[in-house]
Amino acid sequence: MYETLNQANAAVIAEIKRARPRLLDVKPAKECIPALNEGYALLHAGPPIAWPDMTGPMQGAVLGACMFEGWAADAAAAESLAASGKVRFLPCHDHSAVGPMGGITSAHMPVLVVRNAEQGNYAYCNLNEGIGKVMRFGAFEGEVQTRLAWMRDVLGPTLSAALARIPDGIDLTALMAQAITMGDEFHQRNIAASALLLKALAADIAGSDAGVEAQQEVLRFLGRTDQFFLNIAMAYGKCVMDTAAKVGDGSIVTAMTRNGRDFGIRVSGLGARWFTAPVNMPVGLFFTGYSQDDANPDIGDSAITECLGIGGAAMIAAPGVTRFVGAGGFSEALEISEEMREIYLDANPMFLIPTWDYQGACLGLDVRRVVETGITPVINTGIAHRKAGIGQVGAGTVRPPLGCFEQALEALAAARGLQA
Amino acid sequence: MLHALLIKGTFQDSVTLMLLSRDLSALPGVKSVAVMMGTPANKDVYRETGHWHDTLAAATPNDLCLVVDSDSGDPAIAESMAKQVKARLAELARGRRNAGYPVVRSWRRARQLLPDANIALISIAGHYAFAPARQALEDGCHVMMFSDNVSLEQELELKTVAAMRGLLVMGPDCGTAIINGAPLAFSNRMPPGPIAIVGASGTGIQELASQIALRGGGVSHALGLGGRDLSEHIGGMSAITALGLVANDAASRVIVFVSKPPAPAVKARVLEAMQAIGKPVVALFLGERPTRCDIGNVHLVRTLDAAAALALELANMDTLAGELPSVARQGICGLYTGGTLAAEAALLLAEALDLASDAAHADGYMLRAAGHRIIDLGDDAYTRSRPHPMIDSSSRNEMIRRLSDDTAIGVLLLDVVLGYGAQPDPAGEVARAVTALRAARGDQSPIVAIATLTGTAGDPQDRDSQAGKLKEAGIVVADSVRTAVLLATRVIAAKAPAVGAPPALLCAKPAIVNVGLRSFADDLHANGVQVVHQQWEPAAGGNERLQRLIAQMQ
Repeated sequence: MYETLNQANAAVIAEIKRARPRLLDVKPAKECIPALNEGYALLHAGPPIAWPDMTGPMQGAVLGACMFEGWAADAAAAESLAASGKVRFLPCHDHSAVGPMGGITSAHMPVLVVRNAEQGNYAYCNLNEGIGKVMRFGAFEGEVQTRLAWMRDVLGPTLSAALARIPDGIDLTALMAQAITMGDEFHQRNIAASALLLKALAADIAGSDAGVEAQQEVLRFLGRTDQFFLNIAMAYGKCVMDTAAKVGDGSIVTAMTRNGRDFGIRVSGLGARWFTAPVNMPVGLFFTGYSQDDANPDIGDSAITECLGIGGAAMIAAPGVTRFVGAGGFSEALEISEEMREIYLDANPMFLIPTWDYQGACLGLDVRRVVETGITPVINTGIAHRKAGIGQVGAGTVRPPLGCFEQALEALAAARGLQA
Repeated sequence: MLHALLIKGTFQDSVTLMLLSRDLSALPGVKSVAVMMGTPANKDVYRETGHWHDTLAAATPNDLCLVVDSDSGDPAIAESMAKQVKARLAELARGRRNAGYPVVRSWRRARQLLPDANIALISIAGHYAFAPARQALEDGCHVMMFSDNVSLEQELELKTVAAMRGLLVMGPDCGTAIINGAPLAFSNRMPPGPIAIVGASGTGIQELASQIALRGGGVSHALGLGGRDLSEHIGGMSAITALGLVANDAASRVIVFVSKPPAPAVKARVLEAMQAIGKPVVALFLGERPTRCDIGNVHLVRTLDAAAALALELANMDTLAGELPSVARQGICGLYTGGTLAAEAALLLAEALDLASDAAHADGYMLRAAGHRIIDLGDDAYTRSRPHPMIDSSSRNEMIRRLSDDTAIGVLLLDVVLGYGAQPDPAGEVARAVTALRAARGDQSPIVAIATLTGTAGDPQDRDSQAGKLKEAGIVVADSVRTAVLLATRVIAAKAPAVGAPPALLCAKPAIVNVGLRSFADDLHANGVQVVHQQWEPAAGGNERLQRLIAQMQ
């Protein structure tokens, strides 16, 4: 243990700054995550949760995964399997992984393989399915299954083949540094990073031994999936924040995530302990025909981006989407990012934001600062329909409950033997 | 009928809530609406004003309490008022966007954005004001506390910390300050000028400044002290610091001090500090009748307008003194043809320099002490078998001539009496005598001659042309004996004591962290002052346990 928390945090921040995650490969999840090889096992978003407590989108995704893995022939069979207690539900975060919205990841789904070139650790995330009826928002039948199969059989192998042709993979820090100057904040907006990725991969997709038809499909998919990079940014965040957690001391938040019921955080000085409190309801804009009443409570591992200091904390980098997420205009975005400066300890020298006078994105979310100021991080988020199977109905912002941070502060104080 | 509800965890400053209460009370369907934070003091107010409702019992200092008095028995009216409160607060927050200056939530962030900040202007509720003030001092910033209801113990602690660090604490309950044109809290837009104001009360400072401006003058700075600074308990700590600051400030050439009468021991200390300053000081201890008006460089007055008038006169005199030859530490010789003029000059000089007047008046000496003398040339000793000096100036001319060898004398005070019966050109006589004296003494031994003119423009000699003759001869024309004596004492004063380094606080426009009332930041910004507004809320939502833990977790 460091003598002071400030010293510990300095060490954590040094590790965060040192990390250089690279996208190396795309592989079936079971090859990366051993726990998925034993019986019925599924990864989910957020802190631990049991089947009956899951909200609609996560339950829907569970049904979709059971059917995708061939464990159940139809939705009814999948539901009775899920409720039977035979399926083990494991938080992604405990397996070097993250997953957006429901975060449901099964053995045969392809995952992005991100490796930290400096500290050597790996992080994984499933692939973005695009928009519309998608599993991460709880849709599970028909086109969802078709797409999942295509991703397993075509997208995954093709990307793997292309990445194999690129020595040491793709330097994600460099790519993201470029994308943030092009208006991405990596949670609500990833269009620049997705395009840069496609640019980096195109020649090697074309040069891979996948058939021309597969190549075209993959290129088309990447071309129209604006949020494809979100899952990569999440794996990047997880890869970096796991190195922060490894320091084993300090008050810096290393994970923020939601399972639809609870918001959970982990802190650099408190290991794998979850500090949880009931999630809030995201507020934002809704697609035509939907309203706030349809919104599912906050869900997904994607808040790992805000944990790193991008996403909502970097709202000012992405003026293009601030109104979409209900955050108003440019000055409101600036206010949000300025407010976030109060609770993050440092600025990221890699991610310089032109619209913020080239200040670096926030870095090092500090439990003490959150509790002291009462300012909780702003999280940009998609909004799922509360019912399984309908999918995304809007986008907006949400804040974590302050309670998680207060509990973590108490635990940190106890770990240091402090008396109030 | 009273209805109440709590809006949890919504901290707002009291001024905002007062305005809100006023506006909501004007809405139809309600008799009155009272919105306050749930502090123990505010809960008392609810009780005392007949607005108590048991819902308030559960309120914490971070909960906004809403009490609606209405003829209606429907509790939904409280809900609808709560909606109004939230909407209006949101509107207020929106209206404050694009302020042109940064708005932050912590002192830490304020300093990041304004590393040069040198003043914290604190206007949050007094109960909370101590901690941010202390933090600002520890961070090397001066403090102005607009907040009142700060305990005497806390005030003493803040001022002790400030004294150790060479910082100034203005307040608590300090309403007004102006530093290099930067308006802090309640203050006026003042033309720049040579007069520094140091005051214990806000309105006292404002009225003085206003009186100075009315007379065509301006101020360098106005520093506040707070109403209790000159009490026995605080001992004038801020007063002493403030006087030291303006003493070392080149732009401040005259100092005006205003307060209620200080505790006796404190008054002695403050007067001592004033006397140690090599600049004229006008002191107004409002409510006290000064028995002695002039104490060296310190001049006591009874009213605000008199303070302003005298300060301006002293400022003008200071300019004039700067143009006169150096006669520091030399004697004053008054040669008066009028007995009453001599008597007044003697009286004022004796008071200012703490000398005994000559009781016997032998040989017309109205004062003879410490190398100074005031002589009434109309005394019998000089008129025996000779005409009165108002008719024949030869006796005074002779005495002026004799000063050629008396190089210990550096100032010559004179009167020139016009009118019927007087000689046709008394000023010409004096001018010739003084010119001859200067020639005899040579440049090595300069003499400052100051004359008063008694008479009007309608007199046969014509006051204006007589004044012209005096001025032409390099004789200063004073409007009154009092002015003549003030100038005389000013020019013989020992050179100002060595001044310290110019105080950084007063050398440039300040950079300010405004903690509390938003409008103060707006005013500073409008005046081109660098400002960061800290939107203040109690740390950790007012949870003292968490506050204590955080304090240990750095």
